[in-house]
Formats: sequence, C-alpha cells, structure tokens
Amino acid sequence: MAAHTPSGTSYVRAQAVAPLPPPLVESGAIGWLRTALFSGPLNIVLTILSGALIVLIVPPLLNFLIFDATWSGADREACLARPDRPVVGACWAFIRERLGYFIYGFYPIAERWRVDAFFVLLTIGIIWLLAPTARRRTLGAIYFFVVMPVLACVLLLGWPAIGLPEVSTTQWGGMLVTVVVSGVGIVFSLPIGIVLALGRRSRMPLVKLFSVIFIEFVRGVPLVTVLFMASVMLPLFVPEQWSPDKLLRALVGVALFASAYMAEVVRAGLQAIPRGQYEGAMAVGLSYWRMMGLIILPQALRVTIPNIVNSYIALFKDTTLVFIVGIFDFLRTIEAARVDPKWATPVTSTTGYAFAAIVYFICCYLMSRYARDMEARLTTTHRR
Amino acid sequence: MSRAGADEKPAISPLHDPRWRSAVYQVLLCAVIVFLVYSAVDNAAQNLQRARIASGFDFWHRTAGFDISQTLIDYSTVSTYGRAFWVGLLNTLLVAGLGIIIATIIGFIVGIARLSKNALVSRLAGGYVEVIRNLPLLLQLLFWYNAVLKALPELSDSLVLPGGAFLNNRGLFLPQPVAGAGFSVVPLMFVIGLAGALLFRVWAKRRQERTGLQAPILLATFLLVIGLPLAAFLLSGVPIEFGYPEKGRFNIRGGIEILPEFMALLFGLSIYTAAFIAEVVRAGILAVSHGQTEAAYSLGLRPGQTLRRVVIPQAMRVIVPPLTNQYLNLTKNSSLAVAIGYPDLVQIFAGTVLNQTGQAVEVIAITMAVYLTISLVTSLLMNWYNARIALVER
Repeated sequence: MAAHTPSGTSYVRAQAVAPLPPPLVESGAIGWLRTALFSGPLNIVLTILSGALIVLIVPPLLNFLIFDATWSGADREACLARPDRPVVGACWAFIRERLGYFIYGFYPIAERWRVDAFFVLLTIGIIWLLAPTARRRTLGAIYFFVVMPVLACVLLLGWPAIGLPEVSTTQWGGMLVTVVVSGVGIVFSLPIGIVLALGRRSRMPLVKLFSVIFIEFVRGVPLVTVLFMASVMLPLFVPEQWSPDKLLRALVGVALFASAYMAEVVRAGLQAIPRGQYEGAMAVGLSYWRMMGLIILPQALRVTIPNIVNSYIALFKDTTLVFIVGIFDFLRTIEAARVDPKWATPVTSTTGYAFAAIVYFICCYLMSRYARDMEARLTTTHRR
Repeated sequence: MSRAGADEKPAISPLHDPRWRSAVYQVLLCAVIVFLVYSAVDNAAQNLQRARIASGFDFWHRTAGFDISQTLIDYSTVSTYGRAFWVGLLNTLLVAGLGIIIATIIGFIVGIARLSKNALVSRLAGGYVEVIRNLPLLLQLLFWYNAVLKALPELSDSLVLPGGAFLNNRGLFLPQPVAGAGFSVVPLMFVIGLAGALLFRVWAKRRQERTGLQAPILLATFLLVIGLPLAAFLLSGVPIEFGYPEKGRFNIRGGIEILPEFMALLFGLSIYTAAFIAEVVRAGILAVSHGQTEAAYSLGLRPGQTLRRVVIPQAMRVIVPPLTNQYLNLTKNSSLAVAIGYPDLVQIFAGTVLNQTGQAVEVIAITMAVYLTISLVTSLLMNWYNARIALVER
C-alpha cells in the first residue's frame, strides 16, 4: 500500500512534457498545396507528371494561337515563315477574310441581312424558351415551334411577292446551314419524339410496336447511314416531280434521327412521373390527351430539360455529318477554304480547325453549362 | 334503369368504348403505314425502272473492279462485290475492336484521375473531358488526319523510329514478326495454360467453399496464360524473325503498313469515346457510397482488397450498361471513316459499291442491317449480363 503515498508516485511526471509541434498547416495556400498536391510520394510524382504535361501543352498552344499568330494580312504571304520571323502561329488574317463565307456560305451578299434577321429571330425564341425567368412560356413555345419556322422559311428562301428575291438552298452555307440543320432537328424532334415516346408507352399493341420498331431501328444504325438513306433513297420513294432538294433530304434524315433519340429522353421523363399523377388525372375525368397535355407532359418535360439540352448538344455536333452527303455546313466551308491556294500555308489547316474548334466548343460548352445549371436548379426544388 | 344490369357491363355506344376506339385507331394507323409503304415501294419501282437500275441481289457475285487500300483478307480488283463487303466489314470491326480497347484504357485512367485528391491531376482530367466532349468527332478526325498525319514528312525524309519503323505522311511502317520454326509450341502452350487456368479456378472455388481458404487465382492465371507461353517461347530459342520495312526511292517495301487513315480514325475514335467513358466510370465509382468503403475497412480489409472485392464489383453494376452504350456508339461512329477515306463498311459498300451499281435500296439495306445486327446482339448480351449481376432482392 506504500506505493499510494505521494512520495511513491514515481509514475507521475514531475515536469510538464515539451509541447508537440503544431499540426501542419491545412488551410491557406500552403496548406492547400500540401493536402492537394504533395501529400505523399505517389502524389508528388503525379503532381510533377501532370505539371510537365501542362507545360508541354499550354505554352505551345498559347504561342500558336496568340503570341506567334498573324492577325492581319491580304493573302498567304502574311502567314509564311520569313527569315525575320522563323516561327509562325495561327493565320487569323485568313479567318478574318473568309469570315463572311464561314457564316453565310454563298448567300448573295446583298441579301445577307436576311440571315442576320433569322439569327435574331432564333435568339429571341431560344431566350424566351430557356431563360429561367421568362414569362408566358406557352406563347414562347408557339413562337418557337410555329411562328419562327414559318418566318425563317420566308426570310431565307425568299418570297418574290413581298420583295424578297428567291435564294436557292444550294447557295446556303456555313454557320447558316449548321444552324438551320440543328434548328430543324430541334424543332421537329421534340414533337415527333413526344409522340413516339407516348406511342412506346401506349396500351395499344400496334402503336407500341411501330414506335418501338422505329426508335430501335434508328438508334441501332449510324447517322451516316441514315443520311445516306435520306440522300439516295428518299428521291426514289417519292414521285419524280416531288424530288426533294439536297438540303431538304438531309434535314429529313436529321429530323428522323433526332426524333428517335428524343423519344428515349422523353420516355425517361415520363417514367419518372409517379403513377399517382396518372391515376389522379384519370380520376378527375380527363381524357388521354388532356391528361398528357395538362398533367403529365408539363412535369415530365420539366425534369428532362437538362437531358433534352444534352441531346441537343449531341445533335449540334452531329450536324457536322451532313458534310458527308455534300452539304456546305460550317465545317465543310472551313474544309473548302483551307485548301484555297490564295491562303495555302503550312499553318492554314491548323488555323481553320482551331477556329472551328473554338466556335463549336463555345456553343456546346454554353449549352452544357445551361443544362448543368438547370439540373442544379431542379434538384434543389425537388430536395426541398 | 333497373338494378338487374349492375353485374353486366353497361351498354356504351361503340363511339365511347375505349376498346373500340383503340381498335379503330390501330386499324387507321396500320392503313396509313401500309399506304405509305405501298406508295414508297410503288414509286421506287417506277423510278428504278425509269433509271434502268436492276434490282435484287445479283450484284453480290459480280466483279467489283476497284481496289481497296487496306484488306485483311485476300482481295483484288477481280474479286466480287460480296468479297468487298466482307473486307469493309472486317475493317470496321478491326478499327472498332482496337478503338474499344484503347478507349476503355484511357477512359478508366481519366475517369479515376478525375476523382483523384490531387488537384492538378483531377483538373487536367476534367479539362480533357470538357474539351473533347464539346468538339464534334468529325472535326477531331479531320484534325488528326489533315493537320497531324498528313503534315508528317514526305517519304524521303521519313522519321526513323527505334526498332526499324518508319513514320511519314503515307503511314506507319512497322517490322513484321514472322513465326520461325518451332513457334507452333507457343500457341499450344497458350491453350494448355488457358485450360489449366480454368481448371485451377474451379478447383480454387470448390476449395474455398469447403474450407474458406483462398488461392491466388489472379497470380496463377497470369502465370499459366502469359508465363507458360512466354517460357516456351524463350526456351525454344526465340523462334521469331522480323521482316523489316525497307525504304526505297518511291515506296517502302516489306513490314506492316498502317495507313494514316486508320491511325487518324483510331486516335479520333478512342480519344473521343474515352472522354465519355471517363464520365461513365466517374459516375459509377461515385455511385458506391462511402459507407461501403468504411464498412470494408472496419471488417479489416486492406485498401486493395476493398477496391477489388467491395467497390469495383458494385461500381461495375452501374458502369457496364452505359459502357456498352459507348462501345456501340464507337462502332457506329466508325462509319465517319468515310470522311477521311478509311475503307470501312460504309465507305466501301454505301460509297463505292453504291455508286458503281446504283442499287441504293439493297446496298443501304444491307449496310443498315449489319449495324442493326451488331446493336441487337450487343443489347442481348447486355441484358444477359445485367440479369446475371443484378441485385438480388427479396
């Protein structure tokens, strides 16, 4: 028992222990570096490797696109390497000179304002439909899906009776065609896609069968073959005098293709609607179309907006394939311009592709940002 | 109204009976579709007759008369259109198969890198995915083909790569391995190793069920399938020779020639699809809740075991269906070969053969049927796999 006396407590320290060193900084810039980049040997190796990769990619890219680039000039001479300038970057002078061609194709110069007007009409429609704060969206939808297409047809094709000379679609080109093709795809694919999606979920076996066959058939084959089919088989299937022009054939192909994909997107939205909504609508005595139009579709389409926009991004990228059936879309005009002898330099091709890449990237990135924001907005309202 | 009729269905006029209505709608729909198909066929017959284009599949056995730059089977200008079809199909399958392998490897690396705690690595991977996904595939193919591979040096200044390979704007020329005498023992050993590995698996599984002891299946499989043929290869005195490409004045003889069109298509397809696969992988791993990892740790599993036995099997359930979709997309996208002149099915068949024979209906139908078959077979396999790995719930 003696060990319990104060004199026997040899296991109790007589002096305070020296304080431990403070923990490593985990906040602030240094802390971030330590936790995010240099937390262990493997991490340090990874950091060094990716740092090297960034150094390998970014400075040459910036040099090519900005610092060594040629910004003005009349022809290829401006973009050739000279003794006093051994390294030449992107030839932006070429893009500047051919910009009109990239946007309008061969559209008559005096009539180009009509294309600009079409772009303005389209922008109004898009903002009206997609802006989160927009009012009277039903009216916007009528404008976008009915009024605008008619106005666009009149504007772009011309109507001599009201003083707009006719412009044949063979003269269309560049961004105009890209926008028209994706616009037609968007305008037609949503309604057809909704009908197909409803058909696929229908209780009528034949309606369901035809919808499934169409959707699975189109989704099972590449767009290239659909476009080939539209361009070589469509003229066979109609009486000779109705033979559609080249652009129209491609438009039909794109619209059918986009509809099948849209149908699946819409179907996913329809499946997300709880059964109670259908039963509730039937219980208050709504007919099938009123139930769909007033209760189910508004909810289903709302939750699928991000997916719809995502499939529009895919559609916008896929419009480049009309190139293959010989239509002068944006990419095709760049392909045509880059081999123009007037601007033939070693950097012309790369400049053309860089320009196309920047344009496509900006368009697609903005759309995907919108889809993501919308998704975030939707999940917060649901989470509440 | 008497109460007697309560058990019977009330009499409704056919106008308001849903069954009648749906029957009428379906008959109408059928009539419209039959009419459309009939008039299309009728018009097509008339138009074809007017253009004097034959119909039927007789052209299959006629001489094609054109050359193809890449053939995996014997083909020459005197071969038939049918043979040209097989050449195109094999070329499509070759680029799709290799593309799937490369895209999967890049996609898994990038997808895991996006989840890395290292900020630089995850942002680099994120940047890759953002940029590649937002650019049209066709633009990327044209870039690889016209701006990169066609911009390589001419034949006379070919880049000489280590190991006797040449790279120039006509393609990549690699040494061709030629099996020497006694090489046949290697594939034999491979087959034996494969059989051995399967037997070992069965044995190990039975033993584990009986005693709970685990056998190193992965190591044994690796040793048997790779190690055994390799040992046979080395012990039999490396029975392989290389046919090196030789550079002449105007062309390169010998070796394996890889077309720039093929390389561009392979790069473009794999890099593009890899960005989508990376997103699939990322979503799959994020779908396994962190509680699973914590639970595995608390049971005493090591990090490697946790990953192999807990996280990956569950992530695969989420990953595999969209992954197959991406494989199908890659296969379908390989039809963009036509834009850069790689001789795939679409370029040969829906391009050259269609132009020569003019038999649009038959040619397009065959081409589409091939892609449809690939899609349907893949979805069947997919459904089988899904059923196998689906969560078994009560």
